[in-house]
Amino acid sequence: METKSGLQIERTIRPYLVGLALAVVLTAIPFGLAATGALPRETTLIIIAALAVVQILVHLAFFLHIDFKTTPRENLVALAFALVLIFIMVGGSLWIMFDLYHRMMV
Amino acid sequence: MSSVADMTISPRDAERYEEKDFGFWLYLMSDAVIFACLFATYLVMVGNTAGGPAPKDVFELDRAAAETALLLLSSTTFGVAAVALSSGDRGKVLLWLAVTFLLGAGFIFLEIGEFTGMIAQGAGPDRSGFLSAFFTLVGTHGFHVSVGLVWILVMMGQVFFKGLTAPVASRFMRLGLFWHFLDIIWVVIFSVVYLPGVL
Repeated sequence: METKSGLQIERTIRPYLVGLALAVVLTAIPFGLAATGALPRETTLIIIAALAVVQILVHLAFFLHIDFKTTPRENLVALAFALVLIFIMVGGSLWIMFDLYHRMMV
Repeated sequence: MSSVADMTISPRDAERYEEKDFGFWLYLMSDAVIFACLFATYLVMVGNTAGGPAPKDVFELDRAAAETALLLLSSTTFGVAAVALSSGDRGKVLLWLAVTFLLGAGFIFLEIGEFTGMIAQGAGPDRSGFLSAFFTLVGTHGFHVSVGLVWILVMMGQVFFKGLTAPVASRFMRLGLFWHFLDIIWVVIFSVVYLPGVL
């Protein structure tokens, strides 16, 4: 459903419940893995990271109602631009700082 | 929203709301960039414990899980309020906003308990680079949630006194974006800070 203001108002509770169910599963798995330590540390970290990305997408889709049909185009462009900035700043910072760290260790 | 009698808006107003929505969205995106910088800082600093407590010593998985549950449930109850708004049920909007507020307040209560507990055992933000980065990152999120709680109260006041008018509904939707956005940041916090910390 779309309001005239471009923001979506949900008329049914369904997307929120679907979002909640998916989020519970996507949260329970990494917490369970961290609590039990069932898998090796490296594997667990990769699973946590992967599930976090999936859960962010679930939240964007079911709670913030972002999609490619009804969300205004400029909002999607702003979101994509923010992701590029985040990638450059986080990736660049970690790259530089850990590179520096290893050089200092020599 | 034209289905609800008192929410019909002129095309000019619709354009104004659309501009406000876009402006608020730009704010959220810039806020996401701020959090990204704090996450990068945390990841760089997490190993710098300066002989003090390490993440393993200070993080409680149970508390993080409870905080996660409260915030996730509050996102869902806000959704219930949004559905009540679209059907024009003022009483239900107020009820579910109140439930959302209580869940958010529970989250802040747990977080304040966590922070004061850590400071009491000598693991305050002044102890090490790791703890400075931790308190800055998680504290900034907690501050946002606190602002969101005040906003929910203001929203309840507007719904109560002004009713479900078009401007109120427009503000309500932006509050929703803010609240759900904070839940996304929390997902990254437990995935980057708490879970790797206790491993």
